[in-house]
Amino acid sequence: MSAAATLSVRNLSIMFGGVHAVEDVSFDVNPGEIFAIIGPNGAGKSTIFNLISRLYEPSNGSIHYGEHDLLKLPAHKIVKTGIARTFQNIELFEQATVLQNLLVGRHSHSSGNPLTDFAFLPGVKRSELEHRRKVEDIIDLLEIAQYRDERISDLSYGARKNVELARALCAEPSLLLLDEPASGLNNEETDDVGFWLEDIKHDLGVTLVMVEHDMNLVGSIADRVMAINDGRLITIGTPEEVRENAEVQQAYLGVSP
Amino acid sequence: MQVLFKTRYEDDIHFLAKTGEKIRVGLVVLLLIAAPLFLQNYYLAELGLMLVYAIAGIGLMILTGHTGQVSFGHAAFLAIGAYCHSILISHGVPFSVSVVLTVTLSGVIGMLLGRSASKMHGFYLAIATLAFLILVETFLGEWEAVTGGHAGFKVPALKLFGIPLKAMWQQYYLDLFFVFVVVLGAANLFRTPTGRSFLAVRDSELSARSLGVSVEWVKIQSFGVSAAITGLAGVLLAHHLSYLSPEVFGVLESLKLMLMIVVGGLGSILGAIFGAILISLLPIAISFLRDVLPPAVGQQAGLEPLLFGLIIVVFIVFEPQGIYGRWMKIRFFFETFPYYRKSSFVRQKSYLKTERMR
Repeated sequence: MSAAATLSVRNLSIMFGGVHAVEDVSFDVNPGEIFAIIGPNGAGKSTIFNLISRLYEPSNGSIHYGEHDLLKLPAHKIVKTGIARTFQNIELFEQATVLQNLLVGRHSHSSGNPLTDFAFLPGVKRSELEHRRKVEDIIDLLEIAQYRDERISDLSYGARKNVELARALCAEPSLLLLDEPASGLNNEETDDVGFWLEDIKHDLGVTLVMVEHDMNLVGSIADRVMAINDGRLITIGTPEEVRENAEVQQAYLGVSP
Repeated sequence: MQVLFKTRYEDDIHFLAKTGEKIRVGLVVLLLIAAPLFLQNYYLAELGLMLVYAIAGIGLMILTGHTGQVSFGHAAFLAIGAYCHSILISHGVPFSVSVVLTVTLSGVIGMLLGRSASKMHGFYLAIATLAFLILVETFLGEWEAVTGGHAGFKVPALKLFGIPLKAMWQQYYLDLFFVFVVVLGAANLFRTPTGRSFLAVRDSELSARSLGVSVEWVKIQSFGVSAAITGLAGVLLAHHLSYLSPEVFGVLESLKLMLMIVVGGLGSILGAIFGAILISLLPIAISFLRDVLPPAVGQQAGLEPLLFGLIIVVFIVFEPQGIYGRWMKIRFFFETFPYYRKSSFVRQKSYLKTERMR
C-alpha cells in the first residue's frame, strides 16, 4: 500500500463550451480523513472527481498527491500513485464475473505480458495465486463471498455497489474517491456502507473523499465537508458548520432563512 | 445439479472444474487424435480445414469477442500469413523458422494496425479495418514479382525438419498440434492479467483506465495477438489451398470469419470452434441447396454470401449469444431439470459496446 499523502487541489477550473463546470476550486485532503463533497445536482462534484482521475483535462489549476503532480500523468497511471475510485453510475465489467472484476482491480500491481501469459509460465501462476489471496481479503471485508462467481449482469444494484467498492479496494489505494456510495441504497444498506467506510478508514488507513447527497451519512462519518454550487466553492468545515452556513442553505433551499 | 466444493484457489485457475467437462473434452480430444484411423482422406482434409478455421476464429474472437474491437479486415492477416510463409519456404527457409517469422510479422502488422485503430470506435473501426483489407488485397495483387499477382502463387510442398509430409494424416496432425497450442494459449490468456484487461476494455474503457489499464496499449496488444494467431491460421491454410491468389482473401473471407464468431457466440473460445464447425458444414448445405432449389435460384453465383447473411441475421434476431449460448442453455436445462424457465437466461446486454462512453 502506498503511503498516505495529502491531496492538494489548487485553483482548479474546467470549462465545457462556455460553461464553467468547476471554477477556481482549491482544497486539501489530509491523510486519514473522510472528506465529503456536497452540493446540488450539476454543481460540479463528479467533475472534480473526473479531473482528479484525469478523465477530463482541466483548463487551469493544479492537482498534487504527495510528491506526484497528477496533471503530468495519463489517466491509467493515476492508480499507481495510490488513488482509486468508484463511479456514480457503476462502471463494472458487466459480462465478467465478480472475481474477474476484482482481479482487474489488481491490475496496477501485476506486470502482465501477453507472451508469458499465453504460455502461463509458473511465475504467472504464482502471482495469480498471490492476487487471489489479496482479492479474497477484500471479499471477506465487504461480505460479498456469495456473489464471487456470479456475473455482474445477474447482480442486484446494491450488490453491484459493493462489488465496485471492493474492486477499487483491490487496487490497495491510499486514497479512495467514492462517487455517491449510498445513492440508491435503502437505510439499512446505507448504514452498512457507513460502517464499512469507517472500517476502511481505520483498518486499512485509507483516506476517503466522497461525493454524497445523504446528509445523515455525511454527518455521521465525514471529518470535513466541502460545499460547492455552480462549480464554485462555498465553504469547507465540519459537517455542523457547513450545515449551518447560510449560503449552503440557500443553494439547497433556494431562499435564505 | 452438480455443486462444486472448492478448497484451493487453484480450483478456480484450472480450466476444467467439473468431471463432466473433463470427460467431454477428453472424448473430443481422443476423437480428434484418432480421426485419421476412420476418416477417408477427403473428410480428413475437410476436418483439417475446419481446425485451421477454428484457429482463425479464435484469433478474431480475441479481438472482437473479448476486446470488443470489430474487424472486417481479418482475412488480410490470413493472406499475410499464407503469402509470407509460402514465399519464405519457396526461398528455402525451413518450415519451423518460417512459421515463427510469419507469425511475428503478422503480429507486428496487427500491432501497427492496432496502433492506428486504438482511438477509433465502432463504425469507424469497421471501415478502417475494411480499408486495411482492401489495401492488403490490392498490394498482393500488384506486387507480381514476389507474390505472382493475380496469376497466383504455388505453395511449395509441406516439409517439416526436412521430411516431406505428403500424406493427408501428417498434415492433419500438424493442424491439430497448432489447434492445441492456440486453444491452450488463448485459454491461458483469459485466466491472466492480459486477458482480463482485454475484457475490461470491452466492458468499460472508463473504469479500465481508472484501474490502471492503458486502453490504447491493450488494443495494440489485442490486435497483435489476434493478428499473430490469424497469421498462423494463414500459414496452415496455405498448405490446404496449395495455390494462393489475392481474391481468396477478400471481403467474403472476412465476412466468413465474422460469421463464425457471431454465430458461434461472441466472447468464448468454444464459440469460435462451434463457428468453425458450422462454416465447414456450409459447403455441404450449399451443394445440397443447389440440387433442391429450382435452377434459376440454385445456380445463382451469390448463393453463398446470401446464406452467410441470412444465417447472421437469423442468429442476431433469435439467438444473439450464438451456438455457444444455445449450448449453455441446453446444458443448464439438463443440469437443473426440471427448474429451467424461459426467462432463466434473459439478459438484455450485448458484447460489443464500442459505442459506449469513452
